[in-house]
Amino acid sequence: MQLIQKYEEEMALVRGWAGWMGVALLAVALLGAPWLLRGYQLYIANIIGIKIIVAIGLNLLVGYTGQISLGHVGFVAIGAYAATHFVTALERAAFFQWLGGPFWVALLVGGASAAVFGVLVGLPALRLEGPYLSIVTLGFGLAVQQILINWPAVSGGRIGLFVPTPRIGPWWLDTDRSLYFLVWTSVVLLSLVAFNLTRSHVGRAFVALRDSDIAAEVTGVNLRYYKTLAFAVSAFYAGFGGALEAYVIQYLEPTMFNLYESIYYLAMVVVGGLGTIPGSMFGATLLSLLQFGLSRAQEYLPVVYGAVVILVMAIEPLGLYGRWLKIKLWSKTWPL
Amino acid sequence: MFFWQLVVSGLSIGSLYALVALGIVLLYRTSRVLNFAHGDMSMISTMVAYSLLTVAGVAFGPAAVLTLAAGFALGALFYFFVLRPVKEATLLGQIITTAGFSLVLSGLAVVVWGADTKVLPFPLSRAVVYRIAGVSVNQVALGSFAVAVVAMLGLYVLVQKTRFGLAMRAVSQNDVAARVLGIPVRRVFAVTWGVSATLGAIAGMLLAPVTLVNPSMMFDPFLKGFAGAVLGGLDSLPGAIVGSLIIGVAENLFGGYVSTSLRTTVAFLIIIAVLLVRPEGLFGHKFMRRV
Repeated sequence: MQLIQKYEEEMALVRGWAGWMGVALLAVALLGAPWLLRGYQLYIANIIGIKIIVAIGLNLLVGYTGQISLGHVGFVAIGAYAATHFVTALERAAFFQWLGGPFWVALLVGGASAAVFGVLVGLPALRLEGPYLSIVTLGFGLAVQQILINWPAVSGGRIGLFVPTPRIGPWWLDTDRSLYFLVWTSVVLLSLVAFNLTRSHVGRAFVALRDSDIAAEVTGVNLRYYKTLAFAVSAFYAGFGGALEAYVIQYLEPTMFNLYESIYYLAMVVVGGLGTIPGSMFGATLLSLLQFGLSRAQEYLPVVYGAVVILVMAIEPLGLYGRWLKIKLWSKTWPL
Repeated sequence: MFFWQLVVSGLSIGSLYALVALGIVLLYRTSRVLNFAHGDMSMISTMVAYSLLTVAGVAFGPAAVLTLAAGFALGALFYFFVLRPVKEATLLGQIITTAGFSLVLSGLAVVVWGADTKVLPFPLSRAVVYRIAGVSVNQVALGSFAVAVVAMLGLYVLVQKTRFGLAMRAVSQNDVAARVLGIPVRRVFAVTWGVSATLGAIAGMLLAPVTLVNPSMMFDPFLKGFAGAVLGGLDSLPGAIVGSLIIGVAENLFGGYVSTSLRTTVAFLIIIAVLLVRPEGLFGHKFMRRV
């Protein structure tokens, strides 16, 4: 047991030698993975990275701010299509031809355009709560998908939309290994942003308005600002994840962004543990692995997936991270 | 005349959405749980009806009764074996549990009955068309509207006129106080789940001639019923009926005059607009909280 003497120590991102060991192990694992894993496994790792990004964003909204979103896949779709069209348009411009279209800008464009829609969806959230908010977000997710299906200019109609391969100057990011670095650098950066956000005054404002919005407002938290901010940030993560997904899968069609995807994302957050960022990482990893592990027995996937979700909720309502905290506490006080 | 034609067929489909919506509202009022498995429970009941009618060769009347019983059992069993163990979970956790159950049910339907589309033998026919005051109505639409109205009246009598309905209303107001007064709260919850699933089973069987029977048949009607329930106010049973009828008529009018492909989107846009003006729905109670 270590003694905390200063406020900075309490707020530190990594605590003690055990924490640093963990970070070092994680860094070695992340850097070693592209050489240990092969082809399809790297593709799975990339998809898991994308799911982690979206799940963290969703957790900032659902777990920290307490606003339900049942249409999160709408933001993912907006990010994916915005980034793809941005890159395709720039590729035609002669100036950018040798650059191959600045795809890193496209990632930000994907995130930013989703964030704009996040603000738009966040506005009704100022007046609505609980199930009423859930139907609005659900409607948003369905509307995005239906509009994409009925707007061939954007979605590419029946053929779908092919995503240009990203490249930095002469380097093409056309293998799963090169994409791995793009995806997981983004995962690390965006997780750091999320960790820092949650331990800053913004994160405290989110938690305050989740626990009691009236009390938060009385103590001076600007509800309008922070609620819409939460939606914008969450949508940014989803849009960024969507843009990455476009690069990894290299093909987009509206049916990829259906209601079930939204529920899968929500399940990742809840199974991992609401209001914890490591929880979202656990949840996203576990449920994505489950999805890929069952790819041979595709018809049993929904049954097993649903059963796992129910089982986790029955055994550990706080999610996987809650169980991890209990184990940690138990090991600290051992052998008592 | 085209207008009234659209209104009448909208009312007919809206009455089926209303049955779905009533099931959702009934549960929400009593236990504050949004049941995302409602559509799939109805779908499973309809699959049972299909098996009874085609494989077992039961006549339509007894098969319908057995189907409703199966629906009731499914709802009550879900409460006892799935939802009670996760009682500690947060509201969102319970929503996720029902969503998980929905995945299990739709997966089971594919494994057991297959993903192909089936035709449920139905005693009424869509080819028989009546003309009433210049508006033509087919037999299925008329029959399902009639059955839906009877089911709604039955629900009204159950909730408002019986001792059990009184217990249900008491539990929905304050379940701790109800328990103190000696009301068997768990049994009330289980029966409420059963009644809700039975309403869903009726809706599923009546929708079968329109949507045909397959594992995703209730997806769209469930969303519309949910939307209708929210539009009417989630804690109001009459609100669920009115909201669903509005959804049915509005989407039919939009489909008739503008385009059929964006119908669902428009239905949701209407709801968002209404909720912005009345955040608690048309007939719902205002949110009140102690600070």
